[in-house]
Amino acid sequence: MKVEQISVFLENRAGRLKEVTRILAEANINIRALSLADTSDFGILRLIVTDQDKAKKALKENGFTVGKTNVVAVEVDDKPGGLNRILTILGDAGVNVEYMYAFVQQSGKNAVLIFRFDRTDEAIEILQKNNIKILSGEELYKL
Amino acid sequence: MLYDVERETMPRDELEELQLRKLKYLVEKVYYNVPFYSQKFKELGIKPEHIKSLKDLKYLPFTEKQDLRNNYPFGLFAVPKENVVRVHASSGTTGKATVVGYTKRDIQIWSELMARSFVAAGVTRGDVVHNAYGYGLFTGGLGVHYGAEMLGATIVPVSGGATKRQVMLMKDFGSTVLCCTSSYSLYLYETAIAQGIEVKELKLRLGIFGAEPWTEEMRLDIQKKFNIKALDIYGLSEILGPGVAIECETAQQGLHIWEDHFLVEIIDPSTGEQLPLGETGELVITTLTKDAQPLIRYRTRDITSIIPIPCKCGRTHYRIERLKGRSDDMLIIRGVNVFPSQIEAILLETEGLAPHYQIIVKRENALDILEVQVEIDEKLFSDEIKHLQRLENKLMRNIKEFLGVSAKVKLVEPRSIARSEGKAKRVIDLRKQN
Repeated sequence: MKVEQISVFLENRAGRLKEVTRILAEANINIRALSLADTSDFGILRLIVTDQDKAKKALKENGFTVGKTNVVAVEVDDKPGGLNRILTILGDAGVNVEYMYAFVQQSGKNAVLIFRFDRTDEAIEILQKNNIKILSGEELYKL
Repeated sequence: MLYDVERETMPRDELEELQLRKLKYLVEKVYYNVPFYSQKFKELGIKPEHIKSLKDLKYLPFTEKQDLRNNYPFGLFAVPKENVVRVHASSGTTGKATVVGYTKRDIQIWSELMARSFVAAGVTRGDVVHNAYGYGLFTGGLGVHYGAEMLGATIVPVSGGATKRQVMLMKDFGSTVLCCTSSYSLYLYETAIAQGIEVKELKLRLGIFGAEPWTEEMRLDIQKKFNIKALDIYGLSEILGPGVAIECETAQQGLHIWEDHFLVEIIDPSTGEQLPLGETGELVITTLTKDAQPLIRYRTRDITSIIPIPCKCGRTHYRIERLKGRSDDMLIIRGVNVFPSQIEAILLETEGLAPHYQIIVKRENALDILEVQVEIDEKLFSDEIKHLQRLENKLMRNIKEFLGVSAKVKLVEPRSIARSEGKAKRVIDLRKQN
């Protein structure tokens, strides 16, 4: 029930993000979702792409430091209170969210939330118990 | 003015006679009391009685900084430990500091030489000496302190840091002499301006700057900004501390090295051969009167030359040129000695990794800035910012703790650090271009 996400270390200077997208474009890899966290010196780009392994390989070959992490993709109705409901469940269970990002599906009906938890397995269990729909990697890449 | 007229104006033949007498005594002392030296002498087939003239100095072995480290902490003491009344140490990674011991007599001589240096610089009993050198294991603070007290001047033992307060104290106490690194003086100046204090209204008339090399341009700048005379002082903890050599106020050119206590040579750093008087090379010092931890032919790694021309101040002791650089890769950051290898050791110890790194030294607002760029590899990398920031902070803390100097640690992408001819260029010192 986990989804693979790749992360890339980027120095905070002009052209570095573009370099990543160029490499992915040339390798014919589609980006499903992304988030960029920044500090004064560096940033971490987190990506969910159509082919994690291929993307990781291409980026590494071009000198980037790339990591792979398991995240959880949750589908919610795209309406007020959708995210709040999930966070309430997690908060009540004492599960901490390290970071998250979200995107809306093309249909416009559902939103997909990508979560990074400190205790991933426990979080999945709690979400499942509460009948929250968790997307598999296959489902997510195909969206 | 002279502090010790007889010694400071001693005719050269008498001075050299004195040196030879002391050298003979020294060689005997270390041969019989310091196992490190007896072994070295034996390896070279030298006995104390072989030293018959000052020219024979060249047969004696060198002492290197590494020898001090290898004999950490007290292995080079030539006296019983109970005779040692103080120890100083320079920065080093864990267990690798260079330690220097002093007997009561050493402290007495050090204070005298520092007082002598003060007088050569024009300091009098009536002066108020603002001492911004760090107090502690570093020799700068206490060395200057005891010298000023011996002279009878008023010492303000302010030590380093709290710059705003320093400016206020200089103003309120009417300090007339400033002792610190040359770069710190400029930082004090800027702090004073920012506080709305008109620097020329301070009673300062003299600045004695050391612990780091500085240029003639910087001297002129400091003299103009503070409206003072700026003089260069030289010293190193292994030999004594501050007070080994100083510029006299009369000539303000070249630093008199106190030859009744130190025997100096200039060598070619690559061959170790002595160079003729006046040529530029590495300064080598033999301590003629050190009691607790005398050193034979200590390689200072400082590049300079001896000025054998008599000085118009009347002192007969030779002068050395202001330092021109180093024959090793040592950096001086805000007066603190830093070797790139120490930073590398800290990086290794911190995460057990062998990272690629580069050291950048800059000068911002007259202060030295040390930046350590560390390449991030997959083992260190995390998708969470906090982990990477924790790594940066840990490295910064360890550098501060082990080297006593603040550094900024910056994580960079792999291979972004320029390699020259396959070998990484470890240090980029941008201060030299200023």
